[in-house]
Amino acid sequence: MKTLTGAQMMCEALLAEGVDVMFGYPGGAIMPFYHALPEYPELRHILVRHEQAAGHAAEGYARTSGKVGVCVATSGPGATNLVTAIADAMMDSVPIVAITGQVVTSLIGKDGFQETDVTGITQPITKHNYLVTDVRDLPRVFKEAFHIARTGRPGPVLIDVAKDVQNARGVFEYPESVDLPGYKPNYDGNRRQIKEAANLLNQAKKPLIMAGHGILLGHASVELREFAEKTGIPVITTLLGISCIPEDHPLSLGMPGMHGWVHVNRAIQECDVLFTIGARFDDRVTGKLDTFARNAKIIHVDIDPAEVGKNVITAVPIVGDAKRVLENLTEIVNANEHSEWLNHIRDIQATRSKRQRDPESGMFTPHHVYAEFTRIMQGEFRVCTDVGQHQMWAAQLIEYMKPHTHITSGGLGTMGFALPAAMGVQVACPNEEVWAIAGDGGFQMNLQELATVVQESLPLKICIINNGYLGMVRQWQELFHERRYSATPMWSPDFIKLADAYGIPGVRVERAEDVAEAIQQARSTNGPFLIEFVVEREVNVYPMVAPGASISDMFEDPSEVEIEDVVAVK
Amino acid sequence: MKHTLVALLRDQPGVLNRSVSLFRRRGFNIESLTVGHTETPGISRMTLVVDGDTTSVEQVIKQLYKLIDVLKVSDVSQDPNVTRDLLLVKVYAPPAKRSELMQLADIFGAKIVDVVPDAMMIELSGSPEQLDRFVDLIRPFGIRELVRTGCVAMTRGASTVSGPYQNQEFRAA
Repeated sequence: MKTLTGAQMMCEALLAEGVDVMFGYPGGAIMPFYHALPEYPELRHILVRHEQAAGHAAEGYARTSGKVGVCVATSGPGATNLVTAIADAMMDSVPIVAITGQVVTSLIGKDGFQETDVTGITQPITKHNYLVTDVRDLPRVFKEAFHIARTGRPGPVLIDVAKDVQNARGVFEYPESVDLPGYKPNYDGNRRQIKEAANLLNQAKKPLIMAGHGILLGHASVELREFAEKTGIPVITTLLGISCIPEDHPLSLGMPGMHGWVHVNRAIQECDVLFTIGARFDDRVTGKLDTFARNAKIIHVDIDPAEVGKNVITAVPIVGDAKRVLENLTEIVNANEHSEWLNHIRDIQATRSKRQRDPESGMFTPHHVYAEFTRIMQGEFRVCTDVGQHQMWAAQLIEYMKPHTHITSGGLGTMGFALPAAMGVQVACPNEEVWAIAGDGGFQMNLQELATVVQESLPLKICIINNGYLGMVRQWQELFHERRYSATPMWSPDFIKLADAYGIPGVRVERAEDVAEAIQQARSTNGPFLIEFVVEREVNVYPMVAPGASISDMFEDPSEVEIEDVVAVK
Repeated sequence: MKHTLVALLRDQPGVLNRSVSLFRRRGFNIESLTVGHTETPGISRMTLVVDGDTTSVEQVIKQLYKLIDVLKVSDVSQDPNVTRDLLLVKVYAPPAKRSELMQLADIFGAKIVDVVPDAMMIELSGSPEQLDRFVDLIRPFGIRELVRTGCVAMTRGASTVSGPYQNQEFRAA
């Protein structure tokens, strides 16, 4: 019988799982795998410049392709460099499989060169993980890993393969199914509960839908829209839910939470039924928990039973897949409209402006950039953002029209996410316009990936919102720490020269009137392009809920508030 | 309130570590935890006693279920059940105190498993409350060393916790 090496089995397994690209970085303990890789030209390997980027790229790829993202690293430092990205994927339920090499079996536990207990380290930040010490286990482990990563509530799975296992030979028979008696995700929501939810929604006077990442992960955008349109219920979208409904849809209201819109948070506080689907009531959404949605009965749909009832008290819990539950619910719920309620929220919205007053310094605010983005692109782009002020503005101010066009690090809040994630998105969508938007801080956390962008000819557009500060931390220092700007002012290199060193053309924009032209120039350039927007240094993200405060207590830009009812709803 | 949970686990590397680290990570307070074999090869049974309100115990159960190798979790506290803890205690026992100690042990159905000139080892199994009472009684004699296994529990009647997982073979990796 024909035998394969463990390394060849790993490649065969990847092919069997429909993998066509992976992001990785070789090293001692994973070398047998890299030795086998050229025998499998169908498997494209993208060499990153730091393993963290391999993880984020796999995430970006997974979040736009709908497939499992794959990243590869060696043992020890290679694997520990993956840790941030794996934790990020765990928090945001992103299906990735991380493959790491491990020292030879005989050295495990002996502090061998480049040995770390990777399955131990990643245990709390993976959905599941494996250490493979017998070549006969490889096919089963790969089958299970991909199955676990992509089904139920998706998440990262790590496979740590000892080097001697990669070299050992065995018969390769890829299993057709998995045998995991302890893992049975529930897809169909309980019929009785769905009926109960429909009853509650039928009677509601001021219902509200809060849609989260689960809609995108479950590919349920169409179903969400049909449900909202039939019931006439307005939709708010959490940070990771953004783009699950076109933002110009008459029922789409925008983002709730710490930097959500006043009208959205007000809607939460006034609604009588809050239908939440695929969202987990993160503290950035709820603010002070015991003041959140006090007037509402909460219906919570989630595929993860442990999310239901974790943070808020739920009137109707439904454990199931977003798509299936919405289909069933739409079928039985009454057609309705809630124009009075919707108009009420829109009235609140109308009193607020998305514009920021131009600063007296003569510099421009980031708001110009985002407004031009929306105007020029007309929703034809995918945006990856980093973490911080620019991220919140990108969530607030850019209009997203199609699913999976807004990709950001939500739960973990990982600076340095945007550039590598955008590489993954660009690989998944080679013919689309992909933008990485980052601040000057976050960009410098993974800027080494510019080399990957060039080597792989990825036509990424990179946008740096440079305010010379770690802006969000500076904002908190201004508001809550007596303006003590401790370790937030930040010097940066000449980003345009830096891009030039990588062979990437770029332009620096220092005047509002040049914003549009720079964006157009980036768009018309074949290949990557970098724009640095040098913006007013101390602009804050508003509106805002102070950490730990109720979402009823929002404060807005003091220079913009023109109406008397700043705070409301008791 | 105290809850006794019974969990069936696949015998896979790291499954106990996964469970225990979960409790630490999620801030659950575990009073006792025991693991041992079951009637089915490849399946272990974990008994844990948790102190907490119903909501937090529900979270423990749900979070345990998220572990791939956890097959089943039951809260048996509300069902009629038999709960047993095992105690080994080494007591200071000079010849003059021996007979008194032996009488106490006899009342509780405990066994004397080792005697040396000035000490005695007693073994007792029973409900945790029974063990507590026994320990209180012998404390004045001077306890030199004490160990308890933590509780195991089984519901009364013919039905079982292991139900669907009985008679099924599970391969240990």
